Amino acid sequence: MNKLRALVVDDNIINQMIHHRLLDNLGIENQVVGNGKEAVDVHSSGTYFDVILMDMDMPIMNGIEATKKLREMGIRSFIAGVTTRALEQEKGEFMEAGLDDYQEKPLTTAKLLSILHKINHSGIHNFS
Amino acid sequence: MRPVSEKGAKEKATMDAVAQLQRQLVDYTASLFHEGYLDDQFNQLRQLQDESNPDFVVEVVTLYFEDSERLLNELTKALQQQSIDFKKVDAQVHQFKGSSSSIGAQRVQKVCIAFRNCCEEQNIEGCNIFLQQVKHEYTLVKSKLETLFKLDQQILAARVDPGSHVIRFLQA
Repeated sequence: MNKLRALVVDDNIINQMIHHRLLDNLGIENQVVGNGKEAVDVHSSGTYFDVILMDMDMPIMNGIEATKKLREMGIRSFIAGVTTRALEQEKGEFMEAGLDDYQEKPLTTAKLLSILHKINHSGIHNFS
Repeated sequence: MRPVSEKGAKEKATMDAVAQLQRQLVDYTASLFHEGYLDDQFNQLRQLQDESNPDFVVEVVTLYFEDSERLLNELTKALQQQSIDFKKVDAQVHQFKGSSSSIGAQRVQKVCIAFRNCCEEQNIEGCNIFLQQVKHEYTLVKSKLETLFKLDQQILAARVDPGSHVIRFLQA
C-alpha cells in the first residue's frame, strides 16, 4: 500500500504545527511550507504530493495565485483550500483557481478525513 | 482486619491527593469551556496528544503564547504610528484571530473579529479600544491555560508508582 504524501501550505506557525500533527496522526507523510511560492518551488524538483492543504492569505504568493500556478504547471494533485474566509464570493474565486475541495478553518481530524475520502486513491481504504 | 502498613497508608494518601487534583482539573477545565474561554478546537488538540506526542498541547499553546506576544507588540507599535497602516494592522489581527481560533481561544477570536471591523472602517479610536480588549482577553486565557498546565504537571508529579500509567488529563 502506498503511503499518502501531503503538503501543508500556511504562513501561520501554529497552524503549521497543528496541521502537521493532524496528518501525522493519520499516518500521512507530510511537508510544511510557509507560502504559495514555496509550494510552487517544492514541485520544481519533481516532488509529488497526493494532497495539498492550501491556505488562502499568505505573503509573497497567496493561495489563489499558487493554486493557479500549480495547475498551469500541470500538477494534478488534490488541492484542498483551507481558509477562514466564509464569503461565497471569496470561496468561489478560490475554487475557480483550481481547488478540488474547500474546508473552513480551523482544521479538525473530521474535516481532514472528509478531504481524504474525496481523493481517488487506491491506498485510502484505511481511513474510516 | 488487614494491618495498615506505613507504606500502604502513604500510598493511599498520595492516591487520594491525585484523585483530588484530577477532580480539580476536570472542574476547572469544564469552567473554562462553560465561560467561553475555550471552545471545541481545544479538545481537538487534546485528541492529538498520545504516548508518542505526550506534550503536544503544551507545545502548541506555548508556541501560541510566543507568537501572540510578538503580534501584540507589533500591533501596539503599528497603532502608535503617526500615519497608521490599517492594512498592516488588519493583516496582523487576522493572523492573531487565526491562531487563537486554531487553539480554541474563543473569546480572543471574537474580539479579533470586532477589531477587524474597526480596521476596515479606519476607526483609530475603535482600534485602540479593541487593542486593549484583545490584550485583556489574551492575558486572561493565558493565565487560565497556565493554571491548567500546572495542575496537569502536579498530577504527573504525584504518581504513586513512576512506572504506572497515569492518564494525562490533557489527553482526551
